[in-house]
Amino acid sequence: MKDTFLLDGSTIPFEPGQTVMQAALAAGHYIPHLCYHPEFKPHGSCKLCTVKINGRTVASCTMPAETGLQVESGIEELNALRRSLVQMLFAEGNHFCPSCEKSGNCALQALGYDLEVHATGFRHLYPDRPLDASHPDILLDFNRCILCELCVRASSEVDGKNVFALSGRGITKHLIVNAESGKLSDTDISLADKAMQVCPVGVILPKRAGFSVPIGERRYDQRPISAQALDDAPRQTDADGNCAACEGTP
Amino acid sequence: MGNDLETAAHPEKLRRVAIDPVSRVEGHGKVTLLLDEYDHVHQVRLHIVEFRGFEKFIQGRPYWEAPVMVQRLCGICPVSHHLAASKAMDMIVGAELTPTAEKVRRLMHYGQILQSHALHFFHLCSPDLLFGFDSEMARRNIVGIAAAYPEIAKQGVLLRKFGQEVIRITAGKRIHGTGSIPGGVNKNVSIEERDYLLKDIGQVVAWSRESVGIARQLFEQNLDLYNNFGRFKAHTLNMVRGDGALDLYHGGLRARDMDGNTLFDHYDYSHYWDVIFEDVKAWSYMKFPFLRSLGPETGWYRVGPLSRVTQCDFIPTPEAEQARLEFLAFNGGSATGATLGFHWARMIEMLHAAEVIQDLLHDPDLQGDDLVSKGERQERGVGVIEAPRGTLIHHYKVDENDQIVRCNLIVSTTHNNQAMNEAIRQVARQYIDGRKLTEGMLNHIEVAIRAFDPCLSCATHALGKMPLEVELLDVEGDRVDVLTRSSDGSFCSSD
Repeated sequence: MKDTFLLDGSTIPFEPGQTVMQAALAAGHYIPHLCYHPEFKPHGSCKLCTVKINGRTVASCTMPAETGLQVESGIEELNALRRSLVQMLFAEGNHFCPSCEKSGNCALQALGYDLEVHATGFRHLYPDRPLDASHPDILLDFNRCILCELCVRASSEVDGKNVFALSGRGITKHLIVNAESGKLSDTDISLADKAMQVCPVGVILPKRAGFSVPIGERRYDQRPISAQALDDAPRQTDADGNCAACEGTP
Repeated sequence: MGNDLETAAHPEKLRRVAIDPVSRVEGHGKVTLLLDEYDHVHQVRLHIVEFRGFEKFIQGRPYWEAPVMVQRLCGICPVSHHLAASKAMDMIVGAELTPTAEKVRRLMHYGQILQSHALHFFHLCSPDLLFGFDSEMARRNIVGIAAAYPEIAKQGVLLRKFGQEVIRITAGKRIHGTGSIPGGVNKNVSIEERDYLLKDIGQVVAWSRESVGIARQLFEQNLDLYNNFGRFKAHTLNMVRGDGALDLYHGGLRARDMDGNTLFDHYDYSHYWDVIFEDVKAWSYMKFPFLRSLGPETGWYRVGPLSRVTQCDFIPTPEAEQARLEFLAFNGGSATGATLGFHWARMIEMLHAAEVIQDLLHDPDLQGDDLVSKGERQERGVGVIEAPRGTLIHHYKVDENDQIVRCNLIVSTTHNNQAMNEAIRQVARQYIDGRKLTEGMLNHIEVAIRAFDPCLSCATHALGKMPLEVELLDVEGDRVDVLTRSSDGSFCSSD
């Protein structure tokens, strides 16, 4: 008999070594998240996946599953906090969904809809973040970065290229390109890299492809992000190297 | 021509009356009148008091974003900006559109013409036209129309709805879709979508036909008023097809002077700046375009339905062409130069749009799969379209990194800027000068503006050139000081 814990009253089986997030997703239970990705080590930075376990708040993507845990996730208290986190992410960058080519495929936007974020909540910072369009095939729009480090991890752990890094601390923390010039054109990134596929928002984009998918056929047009938990549950690449969790595969 | 009543000789001695805001138009504007103690009018100006600045903040963005971003200028006819920007980007990517792409875009555009013209005639203007310009103010709105003329109100709503459905099917959303992309479109029209539209198109054509009849009746019943209200002579600018036909999606530029002499014809719009230039005035955020060959003082012109319907050689759909011929022949052609002739011409265009949609829906190219093309990359792109309100010009320069470095938009309402000012000055002379002001008289000014169907929010882009005025007021609200930046960037203080 498998070990289990309780998530919002449902019994969740888990394998030794799994986190609460991994076990929940594998069982078809969605916990909101942005920086979690099954192919990379848990990061625990976005805090969207925060749950309550025995009265304490913890990041479910880093919390090891244990027998007998009483996990609360889908409660209003936590969803209110998640709404605030999403609002802060929107306020910190320049997220102009109406003209963003990632609209409809963006996890941040989808989470906003799913959590029913109806207002901005915080004063927008409107940071000045110029684009890096130097690469002939790839565009970087830093305005939309949420510092999830998925591209950093993908480029390092899968592509072996270390194209991206975070620099600065606190409110000045920002995504940089690992090149002497700081320009993407001076790196060896390519369209086929894993780093091209993992960005949950509209930072790393193949050029000249925006808006080619009509409204109605984009990832989150038909079903909200929470309803896609079962699709994402395995969250592993198939035999052809495609990953159901990834967007923007060239 | 044109500048009389623009600037009073001694404004400090005059009484100021403001119509603020101008209502039942898109965007925000105001009209100011300066009157002397005998109620004689000395100055009339249409001011655009909002500011948008899309030309500036599109800079640095990737070119494929422009058709989606720039359409946010407007919630009434975003398709026009969507398509004008797309046409400019077609040049950037060196594309020759596939038949499917061009026809899907045309369908989108004529759906847009239909919904916008219906909105304007029925929702915004019918209260003036059916109740009277100085009728009871509380009733002079679409709710009043729905109560008094329920069938007309219903037709207006459903005509607009049909146009919006055409847009939804071709662009993905009723407002601010993404269907048109550089080099083509991102979807075709499925058989199911086509059949959904086909089931109503017969009714839409019939209602559009009736709408032309309503416009004609208004002229017949109030011939003197409709012929002479705000009447003035103007040069014209519009786009025509290669054979001179009315074509709202593509063609060459045609300009004629107020006497009907051709200034240029079938002009390649990709060099529009050789024939059109823009002037800036210190009292409006809206620029004042003029025909270069005539100069800034007398080179202003009129665009939009009245210019298009009167200046094209023919309309290539049978019912609208018949309606055009009747319009031209009516009372010796008097309606073709009347400001209120805009309404009649607009309804003829709406009928044309309905006929074009009907024809396109029977075209199997709509179901084609060849949606996008590209060719040799270019640095500069110009897209021109005949938007519901008139000729719309989008001009972009894109660098080698695919970023937009320059953008110039000459929006339909901007072309009509001086013409609208001239119309309200005529109305001020006709109905206000020397009389005690009433709300109904002021509404006459608004009626003249509405005839042009202006979109003031689309038309305000003179960033960096915009004149500013900062007033310092004391606690009583009296002006202590004023600092003015003129259109040439120089500052002056009242001290």
